[in-house]
Amino acid sequence: MAKVRDVCRHVRSKNAGAFWVTIDLFFDGHDNYLRYGQSQALRPAAIASLCGADPARVKRVLVANLAMVKISYPRTSPQGGIVERDMHSGQQFVRLLDVELG
Amino acid sequence: MPAESKPPDAVKVLVPVGSLGAGVQEADVRYGLAAGAHAIASDAGSTDSGAAYLALGNSKYSREAVQRDLRILMAAQAEAGIPLVIGSCGQSGSDRALDWTRDLALEIARELRLTPRIAVIYSEQDRAVLKAKNAQGKIQPLAPHGPLSDATIDECAHIVAAMGPAPYIAALQEGADIVLGGRTTDPAVLAAVPLSRGMAAASAWHAGKVGECGAQCTANPARGKGVLLRISDDGFDVEPLAVENHCSPHSVSAHMLYENSDPFQLSEPGGMLDVSAARYEQLDDRTVRVQGARWEARPYTMKLEGAAPGPFQTIMLIGIEDPDVLSQLDLFHDRLHAALCQRVDSTLGAEAGDYHISLRLYGWNAVSGRPVPLGTQPPREVGVLCVVTAATQSLATRIAKACNPYFFHFPIRHGIELPSYGFPFSPAEIERGRVYEFKLNHVLQTDDPLEFVRTVWVDLKGGPRTHG
Repeated sequence: MAKVRDVCRHVRSKNAGAFWVTIDLFFDGHDNYLRYGQSQALRPAAIASLCGADPARVKRVLVANLAMVKISYPRTSPQGGIVERDMHSGQQFVRLLDVELG
Repeated sequence: MPAESKPPDAVKVLVPVGSLGAGVQEADVRYGLAAGAHAIASDAGSTDSGAAYLALGNSKYSREAVQRDLRILMAAQAEAGIPLVIGSCGQSGSDRALDWTRDLALEIARELRLTPRIAVIYSEQDRAVLKAKNAQGKIQPLAPHGPLSDATIDECAHIVAAMGPAPYIAALQEGADIVLGGRTTDPAVLAAVPLSRGMAAASAWHAGKVGECGAQCTANPARGKGVLLRISDDGFDVEPLAVENHCSPHSVSAHMLYENSDPFQLSEPGGMLDVSAARYEQLDDRTVRVQGARWEARPYTMKLEGAAPGPFQTIMLIGIEDPDVLSQLDLFHDRLHAALCQRVDSTLGAEAGDYHISLRLYGWNAVSGRPVPLGTQPPREVGVLCVVTAATQSLATRIAKACNPYFFHFPIRHGIELPSYGFPFSPAEIERGRVYEFKLNHVLQTDDPLEFVRTVWVDLKGGPRTHG
């Protein structure tokens, strides 16, 4: 089993507007992308449970020419709200780094 | 703007910086002018940093920083005789933020003895008008939101509608030297000049999207701040303004992913940009050529942004190095939180109202707010941020003051001498102000891109140098 941190050369997250979070996983080479890009662990149901999002709203897009997977989901608390901890969602990728890809 | 008898083959847009106030570099601007730029365009705002800027109408960048950038750009505009287009002025693009930017521009014009024709384009919306439009079914929600209620409209301190390029094009065609716009979609600001000169929509919009963050689409965004876009009917070229930097097919195509929930399709006023078939190729050492995007015309919509003020917060911070605490941080957090709530209930009682206390252990799990995996080694130190939220600022501070001695001295177990944790500040309580949230995620439908927009001219050419 490989972890995200082992097979991606760059992983980042950011707010996409005020209501969405988007995570970009750039795989280290096309072989890794082909092998792990479609892993169950990166599909909406798994991401929803990891990030606390509504599975029906999680979007996953495969971008083959960049060997990357983009995952987007609605924020679980309002941006800048009373429990805000990450205004720009820039640290939300970290919880994916140790996810095991089958 | 020079009169041209026939449309040019290509339009060059100098994008000096990702956001006005972030630090325009004179060498960048020089390079772009020498390359024959037809216009200078930049946005000056974003919603990324939260709703407070829209609710308050304040700029994220300081007055001095914005004025410094604007001074360089206005001087370049006058020197080259090309239009200068700035969108989403003053961060939120609200009327107040736009007027603030206009006044800075007028100060600079006086200082440099410039006499531009300035078009100021407002897009803040009236609540009563929006309610009427909502009742007519002209306002639709975007995911994940539902239908808009009048109550939500009333909650918002300010509401802006994001403009497309149409009002900019109208102002440019009427001879504006400088266009200062309220809230506008980022790509529209950069697409306005190429569209006004007849370039294909797909090229103009795709170039606008790639260039919207300035040098962010280059191989080394730390080198220089801007890019030069050369837009033609069959695509566009992009190169950094800093000679020591370059663009690569990867840096340009990867930027299309940035901050978008969908990497291939971008909804804009009046259409949808589809880049799924776009091709990115290295044209020379520094330049990437982009072709193959499609623009699909759609009914015209403007995205609404509305910011509502919420409750108030007072915060306190302590630092802890005590190993007894660090070895039991989760227990410490839970006991301290319970003790603080109990303290508030016993001292303020019902007066505290619907208050909220949040403790964030920086160095442990403050950022994620999630449980730390079992077996994680204790950190060397933690910072504990206490965030008190209440209906008024004075109430939040009263609660924080009631909590202060417990927060300062809370022991990890009973029966030990009371510890004293490390306050960095005195007084310990910091009144942080209000919480603000974006409430709208809806689009306003209209057949006329100018219906919800107001253009005011400030013409310094013939008239007096002062604006009433």
